[in-house]
Amino acid sequence: MTTAAAALLVALLYVLHQDFWFWREARPLVFGVLPIGLFYHVAYTVATALLLWLLVTRLWPSHLEATRRGEQ
Amino acid sequence: MIAAAVAFAYLAVVFYIGVFAFRSTDRSGTVAEEYFLAGRSLGPAVFLLSLFGTNMTAFSILGASGHAFANGIVTYGLMASSSALVIPVTLFVVGTRLWALGKQHGFMTPVQMFRDRWECGHVGTVIFAVQAVLLVPYIIIAVMGGGTTLQTVTNGVIPYWLGGAIVSIVVMGYVFLGGMRGTALVNAFQTVLFLVFGTVAMAVVAYGIGGFGTAMESMLSSPSTAPLLTRERISPSFFFSYMFIPLSTIAFPHIGIFCLTARRLGHFRNTIVFYPICILAIWLPSVFLGVVANQATAVPAIGAKIEARTALAVQGPTLSIEERDRLRAQAAGDDVILRLVEGYAPLWLAALLGAAVMAAVMASDSQILALSTMFTEDVFAFYGGRRRFGEAVQVQMGRTFVVIFTAVAYAIALKTPQSIFDLATQYAFAGFASLSPLFAAALFWKSSTKWGALASTVWVAMAVLAVAVVQTVVPPPAPGTSPPALTIGAIDFVTRGPAGLTVVGFLPVVPMTIVSAVLMVVVSKLTAVSVPGNRTLKKYFPEAGLPVPSARPRRPLGAAKPD
Repeated sequence: MTTAAAALLVALLYVLHQDFWFWREARPLVFGVLPIGLFYHVAYTVATALLLWLLVTRLWPSHLEATRRGEQ
Repeated sequence: MIAAAVAFAYLAVVFYIGVFAFRSTDRSGTVAEEYFLAGRSLGPAVFLLSLFGTNMTAFSILGASGHAFANGIVTYGLMASSSALVIPVTLFVVGTRLWALGKQHGFMTPVQMFRDRWECGHVGTVIFAVQAVLLVPYIIIAVMGGGTTLQTVTNGVIPYWLGGAIVSIVVMGYVFLGGMRGTALVNAFQTVLFLVFGTVAMAVVAYGIGGFGTAMESMLSSPSTAPLLTRERISPSFFFSYMFIPLSTIAFPHIGIFCLTARRLGHFRNTIVFYPICILAIWLPSVFLGVVANQATAVPAIGAKIEARTALAVQGPTLSIEERDRLRAQAAGDDVILRLVEGYAPLWLAALLGAAVMAAVMASDSQILALSTMFTEDVFAFYGGRRRFGEAVQVQMGRTFVVIFTAVAYAIALKTPQSIFDLATQYAFAGFASLSPLFAAALFWKSSTKWGALASTVWVAMAVLAVAVVQTVVPPPAPGTSPPALTIGAIDFVTRGPAGLTVVGFLPVVPMTIVSAVLMVVVSKLTAVSVPGNRTLKKYFPEAGLPVPSARPRRPLGAAKPD
């Protein structure tokens, strides 16, 4: 995964936060209790965790780990 | 009595954790690093739980359920799912670099990094001053929250003034003794406690209210509560504005400083991945219980809140400002979780849950420690205190600062109405979010200059002040109305809604952050002659292959240099 692809995925998720399509809907109640608008954002939170997992496994800045006091 | 006993047992446990941390200190780093940064040696679990706990203030927990009680499910999208993306991404992009620079160059505060990066002295002091002023209201409001919560969970056995004093002494005690290690361990303990008891509260309230499914159907069938299950009362531009608020997290000094405490960079991995899951685990119950509380009319305190809200909505425009303020205060839902639990859980369980809520309220510890660290590092050490008096005196100075500052915060909390600080924390979020371009510029833009940083910082200070003044001078209108406060041509540029100001439909944080970023770019371009030398740039952009001139003398860290 390239940095550009990662930035694109983060930007996509940023845009998907603005879910105007469920703005005025409460039904269906997912699992009988969660209004669809709330369920969407719960699912969005889980999707965020997955994206972050992708970032830390594919783009981890391991070069920063090697730093020690006084090194340049 | 049971409630008071549980609350005191809880306070005794967190105090013991602080003392335990004090005794178990291994003192492998310098004295100051050990006290202020836990020797940069926190393990992965404590780092995750404590970083999350540090960010879980009274606002996050009590404020979330109170906001959801009044506004519905939109609260989760506004504050939780936006944070779930933005905060871990900033930790990944900025936090990891702060950690590496701190490890490499011995930085203990973000201001030290800014001073080094832009080769400046007094500009750093200006950044310190703005950060400190924006942070203080949080600490005062946490003292107030501690007093109120202890009073509520003990049913008034402990009055507000005594509750505030007890919570202040406990927090001051473990911060004084345990420093960052004690604070981190207490925060980790509190996060676990809140995760466990949040789940228990959900189960207890679900049982008491007759099942969440029934409650939801009942809310949907009533025209007054059905909109709480959608976002129809919120405009898309207002909703979008909240994607800017979590940018404040990385600019909070206590979070920036906390990034320096991890033993290894790898500890960020789990923190970044699990941060959204922690948000889900804590915010979903808080928001959901806040929404469901609208069906808990059998609980007298909640019934009174709903009546006040209805009166405000129906008679709002005809009421005097004082009467509207009184009804607003009565309808406020910040204690709604406590009231729900009080109404549906047995007394001993309600006391335990109250202690868990108190855990969240007491998150001021890391902010007090951050202010102490900033004062001793960015002012005392920078202006020659450490050179003259030594590191041991510096740590004693930090501890003295903790005691004096907590005492002053307590005194202010007793004398001042909470609404003032509620308002102040609203400005602070926008202020810290607008400071985030400083971090981006310092770490990712070689051509940024100290003058760009100064322009951004001064802009943030002025904008926060302007929003505060306008919001104080123009009283909140009746619910459902948003009269213009400033009209340019045919456009209502600034409007004053019941919840605060908006600028062309957006929260002030949006223009504040954009203008801050633009100022950083434009002023840096105009003052390109002040771009630091290659020796400094090489520290921050080693991959750029910049030549390092040998003639440029190095200034020791912490030594003053005039702008």
